Amino acid sequence: MLRLEARATASPAMRYVSPLIAIVLTLVTGAALFALLGKDPGEGLRLFLLSPLKDLYGISELLLKATPLMLCALGLAIGFRANVWNIGAEGQFLLGAVGASGVALYFQDSDSALVLPAMVLAGAAAGAGWAAIPAWLRTRYEASEILVSLMLVYIAQLFVSWLVFGPWKDPQGFNFPQSAMFGDHALLPPLIEGTRLHVGLLFALSALVAGHVLMNRSYLGFRLQVAGEAPAAARYAGFSRARAVWIGLLAGGATAGLAGMGEVAGPLGQLTDKVGSGYGFAAIIVAFVGRLHAVGIALASLLMALLYIGGEQVQQYMNLPNSIALVFQGLLLFFLLGADVLIHYRLRLGRRTG
Amino acid sequence: MDGATLAPILFATVVAGTPLVLVALGLLVNERAGILNLGAEGMMAVGAVAAFVATHASGSAALGVGAGMLAGAALALLFGLLVITLQANQVASGLALAIFGVGLAAFAGKPYESLALPAVPPIRIPFLADLPLIGEAFYNQQALVYLSWALFWCIVWFLYRSRPGLVLRAVGESPAVAHAIGHPVQRVRYLAVVFGGAMAGLGGAFLSVFHTPMWVEGMVAGRGWIALALVVFASWRPLRVLLGAYLFGGVMVTQLFIQGSGLQIDFPSQLLSSLPYWATIVVLVAISRNRATARLHAPLSLGKPYRPER
Repeated sequence: MLRLEARATASPAMRYVSPLIAIVLTLVTGAALFALLGKDPGEGLRLFLLSPLKDLYGISELLLKATPLMLCALGLAIGFRANVWNIGAEGQFLLGAVGASGVALYFQDSDSALVLPAMVLAGAAAGAGWAAIPAWLRTRYEASEILVSLMLVYIAQLFVSWLVFGPWKDPQGFNFPQSAMFGDHALLPPLIEGTRLHVGLLFALSALVAGHVLMNRSYLGFRLQVAGEAPAAARYAGFSRARAVWIGLLAGGATAGLAGMGEVAGPLGQLTDKVGSGYGFAAIIVAFVGRLHAVGIALASLLMALLYIGGEQVQQYMNLPNSIALVFQGLLLFFLLGADVLIHYRLRLGRRTG
Repeated sequence: MDGATLAPILFATVVAGTPLVLVALGLLVNERAGILNLGAEGMMAVGAVAAFVATHASGSAALGVGAGMLAGAALALLFGLLVITLQANQVASGLALAIFGVGLAAFAGKPYESLALPAVPPIRIPFLADLPLIGEAFYNQQALVYLSWALFWCIVWFLYRSRPGLVLRAVGESPAVAHAIGHPVQRVRYLAVVFGGAMAGLGGAFLSVFHTPMWVEGMVAGRGWIALALVVFASWRPLRVLLGAYLFGGVMVTQLFIQGSGLQIDFPSQLLSSLPYWATIVVLVAISRNRATARLHAPLSLGKPYRPER
């Protein structure tokens, strides 16, 4: 019989091996799922993992999808490290999209070069502002930031829906729930000509560098981590829990808002009621699979983006709903959390002794 | 407002509150054993799909309900394996369950999205249903509404009047002590988690088979999360869960009635629809701000992993 035996010290190697174990287990389960559905497992996995990478366009689409995931997950990781459970990145993403769209629509006819920077600021500020609600309610009234940030996701979705069905609906839009298309000066320029990949990727990469410095190289990051792992020690050292909550949530809100800005000013070019594609939730998985570390997050967001695109491929060629991507993503996190047991325990065969 | 307008509102309030009653009562037992399962939304969604598919295939709503409960319980078992046996972080695992469950439900339910089920007729209790105002609301309801009340009494009796209930509460307060005096902590926790999952599946089944006999992606619409908030709001006490669930049901239907009433109020329906979510936040704040009571009633070991030494 298998049993768990506590390790004397946590295994640092396992911290990095366990995501790989989780990926392998997800692929095995995925293959089994395809077989169960009467599809060829090899073909299914090929569609999922390889076909998105076959040409430059595919790779550009992969990076396009990974961009919002990187941004959201980075902000979440800063909070998670401090034990601040912001799970409303989806809502902050939507508010960021709204803030940026507001600027774009207000300056619809302007050709000023300042429109885009203003949209970046508005998006990040709107996301951070939305995250400030759970931060305030947490620090002032002890209300669970998990539940508050999550309720705000539903509220944000309804708010976006109201905007695009109501005041911001495109008068020439044939009654579709979407805003007018933004002017050219409100669109992020493409990074590679002929693809949809835009300079938002550069925002994400710089945010990753900044996040890495903050989390791993700065005194503030160190204190945030202490606040998360040993709140009593942090308090003794004069670093209040409230500050950790504020920083964690505002960072998450700002990056998610920036991601939302990137969507409306990038591939969409307008605000629609489909702007939130679950990136905010998928980013939770990215943050964990990436071990709350900037480099890990970069890799994990590529993997998750691959799953998204793979889901679309499977839908197109195998006639399966693309929500199969969500199943894979959920499985990945499950297996990761399960495999993490190996950090603190080792598996032993045989019955317990002594 | 007279009885003729109030009675349908009351009726709809009970209907809207019932899934919350079911799910939140399950979570209450779950949390009283010291395990916080944030995956309620996912378990509800999978329960709803399983119940819909089973009812659609068999024609029997009872079979559907059973399938929904089984599906919820199966997901909960997976969660239990993670947090009880493998000692995984409960918050992260619960989030994983929520994401996975919602995704699985969207995937499995896709082929059924355009189908509808025949409405299940309510069960009318003679004489009582003729009472003015409350008769229809409380005595001409779906079987699951009556079941939710029966379960409520069973849970109250179990938690406060039975020996296994005492053990469960002891496990939630202090697993180490419960273990030391010989109670099977891990087994109790597994049972509580699976019970919570079955109840969440039941709540999902109520939505897809009785409340609106169909399945659409996203139809659980945050009810699982609201149920989690309800348990905090109720400070882990069953009667308050029941009342709180109907209070929320009331908020949900009032906004619908305002939208449907044809009252010429100039307020956008989307913003009105966000009312229950705002209400959840307000109530959470109102309850949590009193730190002393919140801390007093929360099961002491809630969310903390425990592994018996031997």
